Amino acid sequence: MVALAQIVSAGAYVPRLRLPRAVIAAAMGWLESAPSRVAGTRSACNWDEDALTLAIEAARGALRGISAPSALHLASTSLPFADRSNAALAAACLDLPSGIETMESTGSLRAGTAALANAARRSGTTLVVASDARIAKPGSVQEMRVGHGAAALIVRAGGASGSTDGPPPLAEILASAHIAADFVDHYRMAGETFDYWLEERWVRDEALRHLPTRTIAAALQAARVNTAEVAHFAMPGPASIARRVASDAGLAQATLADALEADCGDTGSAHPLLMLLGVLERAQSGEPVVVLGLGQGVDAIVLRAGAGLAAWRAGGGPLTATLARRRDEPSYTRFLSHAGLLDVDFGMRAERDNRTAHSVAWRKREIIDAFRGGRCRDCGTVQFPRSRVCVNPDCRRTDSQDGYALADSTGTVKTFTEDWQAYSRRPPYVYGNVSFAEGGNLLMELTDLDAGELAVGDRVRFVLRIKDHDPLRHFRRYFWKAVRV
Amino acid sequence: MAGGICDKVAILGMGCSRFGERWDCGADDLMVEAFVEAIADAGIERDRIDAAWLGVFFDEQSVGKSALPLSMALRLPNIPVTRVENLCATGTEALRGAAYAVAAGACDIALAMGVEKLKDTGYSGLPERTKGTFEDLYLPGSTAPGAFAQLAGAYAAKHRYSMDELRRAMAHVSVKSHANGARNPKAHLRNRITVEQVLDAPMVSYPLGVYDCCGVSDGAACAIVTTPQIARSLGRRDMVTIKALQLAPSNGVEMSHASWDGTYTLTTRLAAQRAYHEAGIRDPGSELDLIEVHDCFSITELVLMEDLGLSDEGRAPHDILDGRYDAEGAIPCQIDGGLKCFGHPIGATGLRMTYEIYLQLLGRAGDRQLQQPTVGLAHNLGGIPNRNVASVSVLGLHSI
Repeated sequence: MVALAQIVSAGAYVPRLRLPRAVIAAAMGWLESAPSRVAGTRSACNWDEDALTLAIEAARGALRGISAPSALHLASTSLPFADRSNAALAAACLDLPSGIETMESTGSLRAGTAALANAARRSGTTLVVASDARIAKPGSVQEMRVGHGAAALIVRAGGASGSTDGPPPLAEILASAHIAADFVDHYRMAGETFDYWLEERWVRDEALRHLPTRTIAAALQAARVNTAEVAHFAMPGPASIARRVASDAGLAQATLADALEADCGDTGSAHPLLMLLGVLERAQSGEPVVVLGLGQGVDAIVLRAGAGLAAWRAGGGPLTATLARRRDEPSYTRFLSHAGLLDVDFGMRAERDNRTAHSVAWRKREIIDAFRGGRCRDCGTVQFPRSRVCVNPDCRRTDSQDGYALADSTGTVKTFTEDWQAYSRRPPYVYGNVSFAEGGNLLMELTDLDAGELAVGDRVRFVLRIKDHDPLRHFRRYFWKAVRV
Repeated sequence: MAGGICDKVAILGMGCSRFGERWDCGADDLMVEAFVEAIADAGIERDRIDAAWLGVFFDEQSVGKSALPLSMALRLPNIPVTRVENLCATGTEALRGAAYAVAAGACDIALAMGVEKLKDTGYSGLPERTKGTFEDLYLPGSTAPGAFAQLAGAYAAKHRYSMDELRRAMAHVSVKSHANGARNPKAHLRNRITVEQVLDAPMVSYPLGVYDCCGVSDGAACAIVTTPQIARSLGRRDMVTIKALQLAPSNGVEMSHASWDGTYTLTTRLAAQRAYHEAGIRDPGSELDLIEVHDCFSITELVLMEDLGLSDEGRAPHDILDGRYDAEGAIPCQIDGGLKCFGHPIGATGLRMTYEIYLQLLGRAGDRQLQQPTVGLAHNLGGIPNRNVASVSVLGLHSI
């Protein structure tokens, strides 16, 4: 069996904030006679995170040490823009060459697996990123179940045997099978915030009883893998249903992959890929893996764990790492506010007009999107933003700077404040002077911090976040912020 | 360096409105209030003024742009009026325009007016304004206290003070200014406070609490300047002359270059060097009798004592706690209450400082009069530590 493609790199990102389900139950439990499902935490975006910023973080992990892909395939059901290429924006923020082919896969929770299966049949190298930050109605079952997160995979055409370049892959994609079925277990109309979910028992007995089994069988047949050989089975959703599907499909219960319910929740279109990462962090080379995507049909993808896993895992798996970086959110109302579900009075300072001059944003796109500074050819000074005249007081040459990528640099907090007067959706508003490792200084926002956490001298790295909301024009803009290492 | 304007310009008259939350006044009323005092002090007819400079920072809500607000409010006889703006150094910039015109011989008598009407903002603190179409894309939506609070963290780390130690010295700055302001009938804040009140006040921008921040005030101040010769011809014997008027704006180093460590204001150091040179001051610590500095926040005043060459680097907290800058100290600082308590109507502030030094040098400062001062310094810092415009002016008593 010659593989369709190889997965050569992977990244994962789960936002740091985790909402204990007990916090939801304490706030919303009055709806039920006996509140249930209160174990564990679910992940939740900070106020300045969304499906795009999650995708960027996951993709940066996958791209580390990898040459630029020829295509970027962004999958999500909760992208910020309905018509403005989120994928093109992501490519700009990832500082990928402008010749890249960009696509978006959306409209279904199968968007992630569809993108992966599609990438496996393409030529060249594709960055597949699946990301979701779905908003659930307060008090709903989904509010407990849903989590926010993203996974990214670098998919290279062809099998390992035919390839001579690069290290051994993390996995080979052997085959996939697909069923399209307009089974409306849930839906969300365009422009709406919330899903509408149908009766779980009907979904379980009518759709999940039959469709996954058929798809898995077809995929395994195409991959020429016996059911008994399958070592890992990644299927999003409640464990009880996954157990039954495995049983129906002839897969051993021991193959069931962790659905990350305990400390993440269901990340929608990203979840099959995130679960796959969890599998790859444990799998032995050569083991077959089945990944399922569900949503008005089924995608079943069969992979074989690759020889590159051991070396990849040696540095700690990306999923384990992102899950370990966590902070429990004790405030349900703050969580609601971050999700835009609570109309908080942030004071008159919040009325500032955040109109974006798009002609400027375009002119300065490398500076703002890709976080490129300048480096003077004459004196070597790194500076942000890049400008016509070098800032070094002993140089001040004109037109002497080349672009210099700072996104993957690190910095040190020279000084900072926690500002309670400034408008912030998560006060205090933290900003300070950050010294880049290469030299240079930027007065910038710091994020993912609570009061009293930061100290002068702390080391930081940089992440893309929402800079400002513009409620007048229904727009949001992004820029890079510092987070503590 | 050029010869400068030392002793080429004399102050003929000054006026200053009462500062504060002047809900009863617009910017035009405040300008009239200051001007009525100044023109009476100068003892000349209004129409002898040849040209005027108007300083306003937030033109959007104060009075609007251009020459018109001043020309219209005072019904000036269509003389040239220039509106200037240089952040919190705006008032001094207006004075610089008038003084340079007189020194150049272009005018016999010129007017400098600074005004700001902040309390129509609708909320406390300074108004939220865009930073411009490019900078809005990446700079934080910082506030003034947040931007100046940056000095404290870097200063404490570099000079090895705990934040508690540094905050205690900062508290002394505010306590001192409140004690001074209590003796100034035109001051915005006239209440005395204690160190404990400062330390226990609600946090605004860590580590700056409410009492570490200056007043946000309405007010106007103005100066009528001429040559010493004309002043003499008008009967003046003791007069206050301008010894130096220097300005230093940032060029991006503090914003983008690693050489600035965040503990001081680079431009103040440069402007002070030039001003001392222009005024012929060799040892500011012994030659200055009083200083009015830009104490927008307590930490600003603290680092400025070093930037002006009055305290050794890292020693300002000790000098402050030792009372060196108190009313009874070696170099009284903010004897009128400063920005902290006299108030900070931005466009007026530089001229308000000039006004206090003028009063002190002429022995007209009432309850807060110092013992026969002869040289005073006024300093403004417009902007934020990362990027600012510093002005340093030196005024002296000129006896003929």
